[in-house]
Amino acid sequence: MSLISLSQVEAGYGGASILNGVDLELNAGEIGVIVGPNGAGKSTMLKAMFGLVKISQGTVIFDGEDITNLAPENLSRRGIAFVPQENNVFRTLTVHENLEMGAYVRRDDYSALLDRVYDIFPPLKAKRNQPAGELSGGQRQMVAVGRALMIEPRLILLDEPTAGLSPLFMSEIFDRILAINATGVTVAMVEQNARQALAIAHKGFVLAQGRNRFTDSGSALLADPEVAKSFLGG
Amino acid sequence: MNELIFFVNKGLVGGLVIGSIYALGAVGVTLIFGILRFAHFAHGDVMTAGAFFAYALAALLTAFGFSAPLPLAILLLPVVMAATAVFAIGIDRVFYEPLRARGARPVVLVMASIGVTLMLQGLIRLIGGTGARDMYLNAPKAIYRIPTGFRDIVITQPQVILIALTIASVVALHLFLTRSRLGKAMRAVSDNPDLARVTGISLKTVTKATWIIGGSLAALAGTMLAMDVTLKPDLAYNILLPIFAATILGGIGQPYGAVAGGYLVGLSETLAVFNFSVLLRPLQPILPASWEIPANLSFVPTEYRLVVPFFILVVVLIYRPTGIFKGRVF
Repeated sequence: MSLISLSQVEAGYGGASILNGVDLELNAGEIGVIVGPNGAGKSTMLKAMFGLVKISQGTVIFDGEDITNLAPENLSRRGIAFVPQENNVFRTLTVHENLEMGAYVRRDDYSALLDRVYDIFPPLKAKRNQPAGELSGGQRQMVAVGRALMIEPRLILLDEPTAGLSPLFMSEIFDRILAINATGVTVAMVEQNARQALAIAHKGFVLAQGRNRFTDSGSALLADPEVAKSFLGG
Repeated sequence: MNELIFFVNKGLVGGLVIGSIYALGAVGVTLIFGILRFAHFAHGDVMTAGAFFAYALAALLTAFGFSAPLPLAILLLPVVMAATAVFAIGIDRVFYEPLRARGARPVVLVMASIGVTLMLQGLIRLIGGTGARDMYLNAPKAIYRIPTGFRDIVITQPQVILIALTIASVVALHLFLTRSRLGKAMRAVSDNPDLARVTGISLKTVTKATWIIGGSLAALAGTMLAMDVTLKPDLAYNILLPIFAATILGGIGQPYGAVAGGYLVGLSETLAVFNFSVLLRPLQPILPASWEIPANLSFVPTEYRLVVPFFILVVVLIYRPTGIFKGRVF
């Protein structure tokens, strides 16, 4: 059974429709990558899953339950975490405090989990008492993903996790995403670096103008000449 | 030496006292600004309301024959602070929350808070009258004289208590903001409200905590100010400008900046009106006869005291709008 599925979702901001009936389906433990040109509605699709954009038509099912238009705090409690593309750390809080805030909804002892997050992102351990705003872009991204992991999500939504990063950091982040996925977390992410992202994806979703254009396994999409020509820059 | 102690009594003690009042007020204003994103102009009147709660409770207890070695208004501070915190939450519920729920822009909330100011001033005059009142119902204002071998250092009981409680409040606030889950969540909301939302931090709880801190500190400041001078309906409305100057000087949204700004504004105000010829007079014998030290050598005449915070406000806004502690700029 699928963990998350969107069917014929239509959504937008203030009347302007951005998604015109998109579908997405991911099984537990999969990595799904959403690619497509600017303005295709990739980020909006993630935000719609996390209740940040109003869905006017269609449904979102998570683990067999209808979660269409539920509020973000409600979704965190169900095990969905969202990492925004920009401004995704509390800049004036320390790295450690950022991770603690990630666990805000938890009332149990999460110290073992904190250690695990530091194990996934070793550079953060040395900087744990430094304000997150002082970190490099790549390390800030690690804080952002680390914060999201603090609810032990079943599904993590990543909005362009490598935006603005140097190629070196990019591969580092993709490696970490694979490591997180290996612990059983389902990943849905939007990526500009489509080739690299599809290479680690179980499923790829190519969007254009708020609709699905191609949906297949990551490797099949990479091999498809038409996808390559129109969406991966030849 | 006598002159120096005169300077301590008039300049330093006075500056620390008014600085503490400003600091307590500015912490509330800056927290509300950081978390709810609007300038709360009614904060001065929340202070006055707190002082009136203290007076009313003390008067009630005196009427029932209670007495204590300390002035009742001081002993009642915890109750008064709690009552004012509830009062501040009430104001938010009735006036600001409905506006926020409809997505009102911050400027609308600022206007609403000016409305609340006018209303509170009217209510306070309606209930308490327009006259000045004495807060010492059961015990007189104690005055401590610290002998130094020269002139005594003079400080009153409410002044000592005010300075001590301000320091204690600032330490408590620091521990709360850096150690507790809710305090960190308040800083998180102030830092990045959108991210706080997707992290699952409850804005309701954080808002409530903000009003509790702002309201109780305002009650402390208002009550102690009324005990230092007298209780008047315009007690704290008159110091709204210095409080905002302190907030902006410290950096909007920065509680530590607000404390520093409060003391800086308080001290500069007192020093600006201090007559420095008192300090220079002992030098007269060694000066040439033609150099007469003028009778008054203050930077600003006492009646223009309010221009000092105004001047600070203007200078900070022009040359360093982020304030000392790099606050927000709107």
